Amino acid sequence: MTTYGRGLRGLALATVATITVAFALVFFYAPLDADQGFIQKIFYLHVPLAITALCGFVFGGLLGAMHLRTGDRRWDIRSYVAIHMALIFGIGTLITGGIWAKASWGHWWVWSDPTLTSFLIVLLLFCTYQPLRFSIEDSERQARYASVFAVIAGAFVPLNFIAVRLAQAYVHPRVLTLTGGNLPGAMRLTFLVSLVGMALLYVTLWKYEMAAKSTRMQVRALRRALLGDDGVAPLKRSAAPS
Amino acid sequence: MDPPPAIELRGLVRRFGERTVLRDVSASVPAGATLAVLGRNGAGKSTLLRILATLLRPHAGEVRVLGEALPARAFAVRARLGLLGHDPLLYRDLSGRENLTYHARLHGVAIARVEDVLEAVGMRERADEPVRLLSRGMVQRLAVCRVILHRPSVLLLDEPLANLDPAATQLVAPLIGRASGATRILTSHDPQAALAEADLVLGLEGGRAAFLTEPGRVDREAVGRLYA
Amino acid sequence: MREERAPGSWRTTITVLRKDLLLELRGLETVPAMVLFALATLVVFHFGLNRDTVDGQLAAGVLTATLLFAAMLGINRLFVAEREQGGFDAFLLAPVDRSALLVAKALALFVFLAVLEVIAVPAFGLLLLGTSLGPPLLGLIAMLLLGDVALAVIGTLVSAIAVHTRARDLIGPIIGLPLLMPALIALARGIGPLLAVHGSSWPPARWVLILALYDVVFALLAYAVFDFLLED
Repeated sequence: MTTYGRGLRGLALATVATITVAFALVFFYAPLDADQGFIQKIFYLHVPLAITALCGFVFGGLLGAMHLRTGDRRWDIRSYVAIHMALIFGIGTLITGGIWAKASWGHWWVWSDPTLTSFLIVLLLFCTYQPLRFSIEDSERQARYASVFAVIAGAFVPLNFIAVRLAQAYVHPRVLTLTGGNLPGAMRLTFLVSLVGMALLYVTLWKYEMAAKSTRMQVRALRRALLGDDGVAPLKRSAAPS
Repeated sequence: MDPPPAIELRGLVRRFGERTVLRDVSASVPAGATLAVLGRNGAGKSTLLRILATLLRPHAGEVRVLGEALPARAFAVRARLGLLGHDPLLYRDLSGRENLTYHARLHGVAIARVEDVLEAVGMRERADEPVRLLSRGMVQRLAVCRVILHRPSVLLLDEPLANLDPAATQLVAPLIGRASGATRILTSHDPQAALAEADLVLGLEGGRAAFLTEPGRVDREAVGRLYA
Repeated sequence: MREERAPGSWRTTITVLRKDLLLELRGLETVPAMVLFALATLVVFHFGLNRDTVDGQLAAGVLTATLLFAAMLGINRLFVAEREQGGFDAFLLAPVDRSALLVAKALALFVFLAVLEVIAVPAFGLLLLGTSLGPPLLGLIAMLLLGDVALAVIGTLVSAIAVHTRARDLIGPIIGLPLLMPALIALARGIGPLLAVHGSSWPPARWVLILALYDVVFALLAYAVFDFLLED
């Protein structure tokens, strides 16, 4: 087993530092948006969350493809943790998106924003990942089917964005695009630092959960070696790989 | 040099989740011989047959069927293998003839062969009735047809004579019995019947090979312990 | 000497497809259920919308949702006979290309959907549609066929995933619906202008393209991953 704990401390410190800097920039450096005022600052949380979540889903798909290619179960665990973390980030995206929409457009949900709508569809799809795993008892089959799902759903992410974007006219003025390409300089810098901070947070959490999972599995394997198969309580039915 | 064995297992391991169902099973069956696998329910008999049938992957160890390594060469093995299990593997809404025609096409066998095998088990008259209307014995006879359709040289038989009346047993026995000339792996709920047919006996206990020997040398107590 | 040879991939596909169509003809379970369900859904829309006729984008939405619901019934049943009657094992024991099962099942589902539409679309035209189906018929058929490919490919894939799970009746639809969303968007938006009063006779090119792109991408993806769903 790889030692996922290695470098975790340094990574965690870098994450905290980057996020602190990002928040400082958000509140003290980035200018107030002319139309939306203070609430626009949630953009620096919302959009990095969304980008990280989407990248996490695609990352999970790539890891799932590696599992199918190699047959090595560790790739499935990596894929599981990647998707699991991205889901949490995704729910954060929806909540912050709702707050932003309520504040600036007066509704909690706006269908006319294609990015938000696509995001909802992607999230609906990935919400079925855990139920799918949970309903397959054989752990090998669970891993294989979950990877098939991860590959398909990972490829689905970009295709879905294309379709939804084309389906909707831009009724609301869009001051920002995902890349931050048309942002004024100060906003852009703040955005990029926030994005890096959020990505670092994702990687830290991914590594942290991987370390916890692999440690738990090593302990279990050692117990089985010492006490024999009957000395270890059988695993409970679970959506998480083991 | 001896001809290579038809079936060769070395250190075969298969797990389901954390449960190990077969551990370190080794055996070698010469071509044309019959291996009887004894053991109570859950001892790993069906898992062993499913691995040989290429339906399950082994987790460790070496498995060779007709000289081909599994699972890498599973494709080559399938054409020469017949599996007769608890499930007849026939569609209930289709007739016997339609089912067998489907299998003949899947195996690339001439459709005329379907009539031959139906004749052999005495099922030609009932071959156009949906399988769901037939008695279990008749369904089992059709299942035998399915197994021998492509003239397999390895037969995997999981309680093959269950559900058959004596007359049907007489009809079917030459097709899947020793006279078929195939290498056979046999399980049976009746150890005595299995011993009578076997050249080799493998006793499985908790997924481990308890013994592997000739029927004449089988310790009756050891067999009793398997089923105790 | 064996003169017999393992059949090629395409012949295997045809063999399995023939068997599936024969099974459906014998049982007459899936397609009639899909048709009845679609008709009942149209009635629900009549009362739910409180409209005697619909046209334009509303009509396209009604038609898309109706076909989708009916398709879900077929998708849920696609592999039931294989699981319950040993069809998976029987197929896996044969020396044939395993992807042939995916292609055959997708083709069978495609045929079921086409038969469904032959009945349900004229029924929709008679019962609810405020305009005539005549002028845009060719464009409508083209869009529906492209939509059927999407439903057949994704349906086969999620059905193959769901059939080995405990909650199989639930897993198929909850994965299938979001996955189908881009195709459904393209289908509904593509046929909307066709069903409008004095509408166009051909769907907007971008929706045809998106639907076709979706079909190609997911057909290839499904083909690539299908073998992993059959292994044990």
